Amino acid sequence: MRIRTVALLAGLAVAAAASPATAQVPPVAANGCLMCHGVQGQGANGIPAIMRVQSRAEFTTTMKLFAENKKPGTIMGRIARGYTDEDLAELAAWFGKP
Amino acid sequence: MTAKTPTVSRRRALIGAAGLAVLGAPAIARAQATAGRLVIVGGGFAGATAARASRERFPNVAVTLIEPESSFVTCPYGNLVLAGRDADLSRVTHRYDKLLARGVTKISQNAASIDPVAKTVRTAGGQTVPYDKLIVAPGIDIKWNAIKGYDEAASRVMPHAWKPSLQPVTALSERLKAMPDGGVFILSAPANPFRCPPGPYERASMVAEYLKANKPRSKVLILDAKDGFSKQPLFLAAWKQLYGDMVEWVGSDKEGRVVAVDPAAMTVETEFGKKHKGDVINIVPPQQAARIARESGLTGTGDWAAIDTRTFESKAVRDVFVIGDANAAPPMPKSGFVANSTAIRAATVAGAQMTGAAIPKAIYFNTCYSHVGKDYGISVAGVYRPNEDGSKIDEAPNSGGISAREATPDIRAGEATYADGWYQSITNYMFG
Repeated sequence: MRIRTVALLAGLAVAAAASPATAQVPPVAANGCLMCHGVQGQGANGIPAIMRVQSRAEFTTTMKLFAENKKPGTIMGRIARGYTDEDLAELAAWFGKP
Repeated sequence: MTAKTPTVSRRRALIGAAGLAVLGAPAIARAQATAGRLVIVGGGFAGATAARASRERFPNVAVTLIEPESSFVTCPYGNLVLAGRDADLSRVTHRYDKLLARGVTKISQNAASIDPVAKTVRTAGGQTVPYDKLIVAPGIDIKWNAIKGYDEAASRVMPHAWKPSLQPVTALSERLKAMPDGGVFILSAPANPFRCPPGPYERASMVAEYLKANKPRSKVLILDAKDGFSKQPLFLAAWKQLYGDMVEWVGSDKEGRVVAVDPAAMTVETEFGKKHKGDVINIVPPQQAARIARESGLTGTGDWAAIDTRTFESKAVRDVFVIGDANAAPPMPKSGFVANSTAIRAATVAGAQMTGAAIPKAIYFNTCYSHVGKDYGISVAGVYRPNEDGSKIDEAPNSGGISAREATPDIRAGEATYADGWYQSITNYMFG
């Protein structure tokens, strides 16, 4: 899935070659995360930080527990059940600790 | 596309450079903006998001935003003024300065017309703005006289306060403050679809919060053109718990649909001739896509623009995308979150078409919080994908839905707190 994430960014490669000042773009599945958890996944007003907080494996496990209603929460179970395994892998690659 | 795929180590290196992009963007953007011209009409949740998303993804695409206002006033969180939690509109008012600093050119005029053959937008000031791709995000217009007698003059007596650039929520809060204790606040809610489906009911909640604290003998009467509404069981239970009998909801099956208003008598008339007198009357009126979308052939004979659900390209006009409240994208609601989510999609597709980049898969999101009372928040969420041929949108199986019906005070308080976090995050994305 790492390759997939990189492939999404390939369009930027032309600009990147011309200039180092090119922002990174999160995978599309992350857009649902960032508008609550913060543009950098840094958290906001009690909404937890998610960027580099857990390992990729832990991140994936957390999402699966939410999806199965095995981890208490408010809204995350409802959202987590909307992701495919492929989505979750991309999210884990983006948000998880390297 | 001839670009080589970056290596993993290169990707990490680029992350380090990301911070520089913010500071360095404007000058670099203008120098490199050679791949195409993206023009965006409207700077709300949809348009502002599209502008940022395009600048982040396609530094060599020139972005022009046509938007007459120097700041954007959000509908979300406006209702908190009614509760008296916010004294004015400062929390909901956002300037465009930081968005422009990302390398967006702004033309501070209304868009008057679109020429889809010449591929230009004509501004009200007579400027002709050429585009390669056009994103139309103009929001809604009110359908005046869809309720008999409800025209612009009537709206000065019976505010809608549903389109802040036309009439901010303060037009309503002033009347609420002047209302005597024991008065009746009437809210007329429209049939679907309309901007912000839970909005009228959050508004009724915030009015009740104010009245309970300040004028406890008063009443909130919701007259509805529908026989059900967003987050209904949660709102109904919360009203009972928090406000007793203060809030009454009358659905269309109980003659709730308002068909006429009389501003001089301060009455509204429902379907079978029953008249209700109010001390403050808030009409959330029937709506349609804003004028520029309708007059450009984007809406056909309907009220909303038809789009390809995979890309948000107009089904009627080539090289034009329609995002935000002006389109028809059921079952997704007309919400700020959906506007944001689909704006990123439209900007991504438009940019890819201009630069030759690959188009990623599509996934859309909604999260809408409503404040019902102090430390009492509720939410609805949805995860969506387009179908194969772009003719409809499907909600992901077993996902989404509303907050649990039975929940501890901690959960309700948590959602109220998270609502504030959502507002901070999404407005920070657009305007921070």
